[in-house]
Amino acid sequence: MTTFLGVPAPRGVGHLRGEHSFPDAARGALADSQLRRNLGHATHTIRGKRASVVGELDDWEQLRLAGSALKAATMARLDEHLERLEREVTARGGTVHWARDANEANAIVTRLVQETGETEVVKVKSMATQEIGLNEALETAGIEAHETDLAELIVQLGGDLPSHILVPAIHRNRAEIREIFLREMPGVDPELTAEPRRLAMAARAHLRERFLRAKVAISGANFAVADTGTLLVVESEGNGRMCLTLPETLITVMGIEKVVPTWQDLEVFLQLLPRSSTGERMNPYTSAWTGVTPGDGPQTFHLVLLDNGRTAALADELGRSALHCIKCSACLNVCPVYERTGGHAYGSVYPGPIGAVLSPQLTGVEDNASLPYASTLCGACFDACPVRIDIPSLLVKLRARHVDEQRARTVPSAEAIAMAAASWVMSSPARFAAAEKVSRAGRLLGRRTGGIAALPPPLSAWTASRDAPRPPAETFREWWARERGGAS
Amino acid sequence: MRIALFLTCLGDAVQPEVGRATVTLLERLGHEVVFPADQTCCGQMHVNTGYQREAVPLVRHHVETFEPYDVIVAPSGSCVGCVRHQHAMVARGAHDDRLAERADAVAARTYELSELLVDVLGVEDVGAYYPHRVTYHPTCHSLRMLRVGDKPLRLLRHVRGMTLVELPEADQCCGFGGTFALKNADTSTAMLADKMRNVLSTGAEVAAAGDASCLMHIGGGLSRLRSGTRTIHLAEILAST
Ligand code: SF4
Repeated sequence: MTTFLGVPAPRGVGHLRGEHSFPDAARGALADSQLRRNLGHATHTIRGKRASVVGELDDWEQLRLAGSALKAATMARLDEHLERLEREVTARGGTVHWARDANEANAIVTRLVQETGETEVVKVKSMATQEIGLNEALETAGIEAHETDLAELIVQLGGDLPSHILVPAIHRNRAEIREIFLREMPGVDPELTAEPRRLAMAARAHLRERFLRAKVAISGANFAVADTGTLLVVESEGNGRMCLTLPETLITVMGIEKVVPTWQDLEVFLQLLPRSSTGERMNPYTSAWTGVTPGDGPQTFHLVLLDNGRTAALADELGRSALHCIKCSACLNVCPVYERTGGHAYGSVYPGPIGAVLSPQLTGVEDNASLPYASTLCGACFDACPVRIDIPSLLVKLRARHVDEQRARTVPSAEAIAMAAASWVMSSPARFAAAEKVSRAGRLLGRRTGGIAALPPPLSAWTASRDAPRPPAETFREWWARERGGAS
Repeated sequence: MRIALFLTCLGDAVQPEVGRATVTLLERLGHEVVFPADQTCCGQMHVNTGYQREAVPLVRHHVETFEPYDVIVAPSGSCVGCVRHQHAMVARGAHDDRLAERADAVAARTYELSELLVDVLGVEDVGAYYPHRVTYHPTCHSLRMLRVGDKPLRLLRHVRGMTLVELPEADQCCGFGGTFALKNADTSTAMLADKMRNVLSTGAEVAAAGDASCLMHIGGGLSRLRSGTRTIHLAEILAST
């Protein structure tokens, strides 16, 4: 038997790669004052809520350690847990499908919907189906997918892309949402105001009709318990509960990393997740289902287990821990970069700190090369992460991998040459002192007092917004030699 | 106590006043300061930009230079963070386990300035006098890599003549991030703008921090705006009398 070590998520399908590099995509977002305001407001609000509910628990740090340990142990025997899950789901009347990548998963789901004869489906918010671009694939096959999560609905009606894992429309404010509803929602009250309650009622009326009509629902899953073959979705609005119970057929697309061995594991994760994500002690709706139950809920259940680069990440000692992510989005909410740029700049459905490590691992670093650099390594994400993913260290390692892959190029980049030169200079005290003397020439640049206002590229990126320090008349080592005779 | 000063490359070449202040301060407290003349750079920029292979000779050089000393201090949270959390990792990445062990041993004896003063020397009142209105930015690596907590503030609260004003959103990153400041200059500037807004809202004449690199970034922004607020290193305040 050969071991399948996985391949990256394929190109040309799904939403794991952006068109532009992060710095280029960020530039537009940074200049959008409405976006900056919405994001600043939303991230600060969620941050505050999370901090207060996390602060209530004396054993929060132990819970984080437990979450991290459970994930590591599960990943180490993922194959066994997945096979167990398959056996249990099948024994309880479900059907399990294995999808190597986005294309396979889209083809499976499309075929399953077609077999029901339906041309429309309702959807529960799901990262996995966005990752693979399922809605687009269904549309190509003439099947209309209706998102039912409020924020997801706003994004879909606005012809937009999600910009946050949990709050996909975080970049929109009430006024913008009202405008989208008036434009796109059939039969909406033309007197609709931007009052949150009125907006929610409009969405409710719009969605209710679809829930009652739908014969097929598509969901993701937050967890799957291998022991009993049970799937779980946690949510706030109840739209998920509608989708999971009303239709005749339920198709769940789930990344293979979502499995947990036993119900006991949920004790930890169901405490970590709501407090980290929405800043609630408990999420309002937790739906769990096990295969099919005659006369109750969907009578046909399909589970699609998605790889799409995950096995490749799992095979990688460094990549593995990114798969521990429970998609709570706490790291996005505390990230100072995400707070300014929003999610679209990351070019992937997975934005923010976790996106900056997960997307390049699913696609290969080459296809998301600017993402590992989209961080100051300030460490706020690591502190917030409920399963203690050391995102800053992962970012540094991914940068190293990117640089090492670039070394294979016949012509080194200007940066690589500069770094090699700096290493050569700085590993020798004599060369370092000599270089300091040369840099003193910088004193002759521009004005004679204060900072330096303009430097040539690439340092012009610094002086575009910041004065650069003028090299001092005397370095410390010169001062020391003069004052203390160089003795050490 | 005999203390080896690891000044960091930026401290040596760009902000020598930070090194002079550290020497003044420690000598005033009755300690002997030595400056191992062979020191260059901890390699943080290389490691954090992905050039780990190029960082190996820097790590080896740093370890060889500081191995003979029992107590090492650096007036920089991020350089101590690199020594403590990255040197051994770089050595292991180069399959040099012996170097990794030596790096860990040096790291265990290396302290950031406020750690040295409060934890090792057991002093909070260093006898400083600094008659200015000051706000303090704690810097990410001191806060979240080294977990220095409120040690710098405890030192500052004892400074005579000084008004210490709390910085709003103090724990937010200033946007420096090493080569991030160049590679993502726009985002870096947006973060800097908010940091400066918070600094200026305090009405402080001086913004202090314990890291020359963050100070170069925040100070460069404040200077460009001709804001009238300048930056200073924690060591310089503590050295003032
Ligand atoms: S990386 Fe951690 S903090 Fe970020 S979304 Fe995943 S679980 Fe949450």
